[in-house]
Amino acid sequence: MADDVIIARGLFKSFGKTVAVDGIDLTVPGGSILALLGPNGAGKTTVVRILATLLKPDRGEVTVSGFNALREPIEVQAIIGLAGQTATVDGSLTGLENLQLIGRLYHLRGNDAKTRAFELIEQFDLKDAAQRAVKTYSGGMRRRLDLAASLIMLPPILFLDEPTTGLDPVGRNGMWDIIRSLVSNGTTVLLTTQYLEEADQLADHIIIMDHGRVIANDTPNMLKSKIGGEQLEINFADNESLIMAQNLLTANNAQISPTKLQISVPVETGAAGMRQVANILSSLSAANLKVADYNIHRATLDDVFLQLTQHATSSSLKM
Amino acid sequence: MNMITGRQPLQRPRLYWFFADSFQLLIRSLLHIRQDLDQLMTVTLQPIIFLLLFRYTFGGSIETGNIGYPSFLVTGLLVMDMAFTATTTGIGIATDLQQGIIDRFRSLPMVKSAVLVGHITADLLRSLLTIIITVAVGLMVGFHPHAGFIQWLAVIGLLLLTTLALSTASAITGIVGKSIEFVQQIGFLWILPLMFLSGILAPTTGMPQWLRWFADNQPISQVVIAVRALLLDQPAGDHIWLSLIWLIGITVIAFPLASWLFRRKTIQ
Repeated sequence: MADDVIIARGLFKSFGKTVAVDGIDLTVPGGSILALLGPNGAGKTTVVRILATLLKPDRGEVTVSGFNALREPIEVQAIIGLAGQTATVDGSLTGLENLQLIGRLYHLRGNDAKTRAFELIEQFDLKDAAQRAVKTYSGGMRRRLDLAASLIMLPPILFLDEPTTGLDPVGRNGMWDIIRSLVSNGTTVLLTTQYLEEADQLADHIIIMDHGRVIANDTPNMLKSKIGGEQLEINFADNESLIMAQNLLTANNAQISPTKLQISVPVETGAAGMRQVANILSSLSAANLKVADYNIHRATLDDVFLQLTQHATSSSLKM
Repeated sequence: MNMITGRQPLQRPRLYWFFADSFQLLIRSLLHIRQDLDQLMTVTLQPIIFLLLFRYTFGGSIETGNIGYPSFLVTGLLVMDMAFTATTTGIGIATDLQQGIIDRFRSLPMVKSAVLVGHITADLLRSLLTIIITVAVGLMVGFHPHAGFIQWLAVIGLLLLTTLALSTASAITGIVGKSIEFVQQIGFLWILPLMFLSGILAPTTGMPQWLRWFADNQPISQVVIAVRALLLDQPAGDHIWLSLIWLIGITVIAFPLASWLFRRKTIQ
């Protein structure tokens, strides 16, 4: 059982009257990936900035690898890497110069900083652009350089703030591969994302944030199963068939959406689900209803997210 | 992890890193000159243009006593050039703050105030270049210094101290300013009156009494009179001491203030 290398307790941070982070607790076990998922303005970036010592919370405690991030920032800074939403590199220096400078500021020896810079340039496929000013780089190249800069010390802990925002699909897949290989080498990663698919693909654990609060905290699979397993969705050709089907399926807990001419029925997974689906379809078929098409829909994180945020919105409206 | 064997960070006292980190950021600031034509012009072309313009437009009509106008002008312009060079620090810091690079620096185990020191010390080197250019072009257009080695050394020291004081002050505008353009504008806004309300371009004798009192006593004027006296072999009076007191005073007040503002701006 890995120890928790990032522990945050009761984080609270406001900017003027805007509450950005409103009581966040989180832990990240060593060697795992935690994804902070949420829309713009949910407070994800603020949490990362607090954990990475860039911001002091109004209240709360942060421990990173046993160091108190508020009282021992230098110790924490020596073992973390941070790649931000905006590429944090110097546009007027070349890629190589950027990496060398950052290596020196991590207090590497001159030669070590140089060797490491060359290694990373090679590894991140920036060789052709190594001697060019970074302001001539494309967005994807800048992002790669930025990540390379945060990996100079092969930090055991890596914070990635929306690492793939603005990247094309190729760049995004490349970034995912890099993140996965880092974690397989023992790095602990905390990343933020707006993409549900990204969190689903990468994370061992997902925290969904909205309005500065945690609204869900679980594994991707548990989140999906909480929202209900599978749904049999049947679309009808006309309203008449829809009504008749509704009568036939009253016992099955069916949900009807008249505008879409659709009925959705929760079904179990596996063999039991198969029998359920077979029974429902054969009863519809026996009644000679006009079915346009049907499919089995497995809950995605989008469903989870929509359901949770809608719930959060409606409950806050009630207050 | 085996992969970083031999690449462990060096362990040194914090004071060592203050100087070492500042040095790295000084080099960074100097490397910027390649990309930043604006900065290069401020340091090289602008001093030459000012010198030639004033030399050949005002040169014939300004009465400067027993010293020729070229000598009067060059000794004043040297101080003015320091002030223009000092604007680079403000603009550089504003640029760092606008770009994401500041977050990178702040996430590193470096001494954070080295960011300020890097910009300020780079200004000192740029000033040195400006001094050489101005003196060289000056000599071609009629500047006749009467100074020995010691006097030249004292002048260079005074000029660099001027840059130090003004760069530190300029750092504050860079931290407080809302945009790079604003910092650029504010740089000129405070430099120009100080430059014209001094004896740099013309003697202050023609000014109204109240204005002349300010022009004769403000810090830039003290430095101008001291530099002129040292290079043209004239009595310096108290002006060297007054210059030192002003310049060191400004630096000693402005640097802690800038560091404090910088910390406050970056860690909220």
